[in-house]
Amino acid sequence: MFHRKFALTAALAAAGMAAFIAPAPAQAQAAEQFVPLLVYRTGQFAPLGIPWADGKQDYLKLVNARDGGVNGVKLAFEECETAYDAAKGVECYERLKGKGTGASGFDTQSTGITFAVTDKAFADKVPVVTPGYGLSQSVDGTVFQWNFPLLGTYWTAADVMVQDIAKKEKGNLKGKKIALVYHDSPYGKEPIPLLQKRAAADGFELSLFPVTPPGVEQKSTWLQIRQQRPDYVLFWSAGVMTPAGIREAQASGYPREKIYAIWWAGSDHDVKDLGAGAKGYNAITIHNSAAMDKVHEELKKHVYDKGQGTGAAGSVGSLAHTRGMMISMLQVEGIRVAQERFGKGKTLTPEQVRWGMENLDLNADRLKALGFGQIMRPVKTTCANHMGNDWARIVQWNGSKWDMKSDWYQADQKHILPLVQELSAKYAKDKNITPRSCS
Amino acid sequence: MFYRENGQYKTSYGADLALFPVVQDRWAMLALALAAFVAIPLLASNYAFHAVLIPFSILAMAAIGLNVLVGYCGQISLGTGAFMAVGAYAAFNLQARIDGMPLLLALLGGGAAATLCGVLFGIPSLRIRGLYLAVATLAAQFFVDWFTNRVAWVTNDSASGSVSVGTLSMFGYALETPAQKYLLCAALLAVAAVLARNLARGAIGREWMAMRDMDVAASVIGIRPVHAKLTAFAVSSFIVGVAGALWGFVHLGSWEPAAFGIDKSLQLLFMIIIGGLGSIAGSFFGAAFIVLLPLLLNHVPHWFGLPLSTATAAHLEHMIFGALIVFFLVVEPHGLARLWATGRQKLRLWPFPH
Repeated sequence: MFHRKFALTAALAAAGMAAFIAPAPAQAQAAEQFVPLLVYRTGQFAPLGIPWADGKQDYLKLVNARDGGVNGVKLAFEECETAYDAAKGVECYERLKGKGTGASGFDTQSTGITFAVTDKAFADKVPVVTPGYGLSQSVDGTVFQWNFPLLGTYWTAADVMVQDIAKKEKGNLKGKKIALVYHDSPYGKEPIPLLQKRAAADGFELSLFPVTPPGVEQKSTWLQIRQQRPDYVLFWSAGVMTPAGIREAQASGYPREKIYAIWWAGSDHDVKDLGAGAKGYNAITIHNSAAMDKVHEELKKHVYDKGQGTGAAGSVGSLAHTRGMMISMLQVEGIRVAQERFGKGKTLTPEQVRWGMENLDLNADRLKALGFGQIMRPVKTTCANHMGNDWARIVQWNGSKWDMKSDWYQADQKHILPLVQELSAKYAKDKNITPRSCS
Repeated sequence: MFYRENGQYKTSYGADLALFPVVQDRWAMLALALAAFVAIPLLASNYAFHAVLIPFSILAMAAIGLNVLVGYCGQISLGTGAFMAVGAYAAFNLQARIDGMPLLLALLGGGAAATLCGVLFGIPSLRIRGLYLAVATLAAQFFVDWFTNRVAWVTNDSASGSVSVGTLSMFGYALETPAQKYLLCAALLAVAAVLARNLARGAIGREWMAMRDMDVAASVIGIRPVHAKLTAFAVSSFIVGVAGALWGFVHLGSWEPAAFGIDKSLQLLFMIIIGGLGSIAGSFFGAAFIVLLPLLLNHVPHWFGLPLSTATAAHLEHMIFGALIVFFLVVEPHGLARLWATGRQKLRLWPFPH
């Protein structure tokens, strides 16, 4: 009896192993373009990750349902759960990079995973699309051929926040105290070099307050802030850390009007439960957070009314969901541009999609046609500039919804460009990359 | 029937001391080595290398290291992640700061740094034991977490606190393909396994085991606790440190301190408990269980085309995985290695059990 059981277990184990080790059989594919979806629906960042993932998938579904894909090429997609863990993210990347005609581009949703995947992308020739996050120096397309930190990086965000503060202070920041409360990870540390430069240039005093992930325990941080009374607090947080931080700010009596949060900490779910407690809380955004546009109506009509929606209908229109749709839209437009060059109605290799991402030109009319006219500003990428245009604005929570508080800002390249050049040159040197010529 | 040792006489001291005294075992090992070093590099897919084989071999190596300490010497450690981190960051610094540093030397240097750190944090083991020691090694974990996060030169002044290594090369050859990387990890794993096995059955290993089984009795018969415990910490941290350096260099390529957090320590401890304490094979089984099973569970819904949402699949994976851990510990508290030993014992009599 035992032997049979033992043999059975062994056979099952062997079969399981074999299924892993053996190369997957090549499947006959219809004309489909594969878009990998790295998501985190579990873990410390799940509150942000869920609507974001829903938005990404919803837009792909919308393109398939409304237009029948991109010029007739259906978009295929598969989700892979990373739980914001770099090792799991690498596994997902390896799993999805070769699907179909090759993965059209990875939106890793995590700075840590972006770091790990960036190195591999050079060898695998797969685009890494990181709108509003990722490596700030990867704006430089001559070195970072495969990275696309579209629409903004943490450096441009920090710069815009300082600009808005300077405006409130009538242009003079001398002697002011600005604190950075950040998630103690590459994500939270990313803005520090830029802020240090600006502190030196503008004469304000920068103090740093790291918060140990996941950031549910921030009492001591905010007590320190009460002691030191900084004039403004920049808040680099995400997931469960955000409401916990706002609550502590409230408890220690720090005015929420003086807090500026990065876009990942400025979504509806971050403040909704706090309601009036978060009133006055500022956040920067790469898109018109509050706006509902044509794309939302179409999504409702073509996807949600047919019962095909990914998430709850209630989350459509929330900031994180809209941002997810925007990210998918940028990827889909990259594919469309690439198709115009390499053949309409054809499936593309990741290398061809990369060309498309590099030659994006979404003007106001095009955005309007796509249903994003009110949501975002035109963007144009080039070979050397992989970010495009970094428009951002400040929104404020009024207790029940986000109000637009500022006009569109653009970061001051005087501070950002030297940093980008310095750090991308360093990366090129460390990795033995010869920067390509863009002329 | 197939596994019978009748007629295999040991006629020399050498034969008596052989690593695998039974002929069948020797053949099985040879087959396994051939599979690992010839068949797999030829057959496995890219995904298998990157997502399965490389992490498995590195974590199996770390588990062997931890097993020396916990399984053979009986000193519970919750600081394995920290020692991995020390190995990884030391190797990184060696490579970043010294031009033309050979990869192998950097990896071994990482191991050496971890050894120092391990011995240092092993000193409390001379006065405290059991759970109290576990808490003391936890201090190593927190200290190294803090150190790698806060001290800028550890990361070569990287602004984001994340470090990344350049292209890997060995003896003039670039390690580019996943098969090459896997072979590097597998070779180091084989060396670590043979090293640990031989140490464990030698004089020093007997000291460890005596220390584990009853330290007062051991010191009465003349075993020096300082020597036995600290050598266990040293050997263990060396292997763990090299594994950590491989994890950073080969598997992740670029990493942040979170890659070596307390989770990693607990994961490795679970590995050797489930695999089998005090057994080299157990380290392999444990690593396979912890690395492969979640992946397998993750793939199952896809194979059958089940329309599970990603979140449900992730939660199910955790639930089934947890249930399986409980199941295996109930069925065989001494770990998968004991299950394997029992199976072997039965096979000797098969098909005519008395």
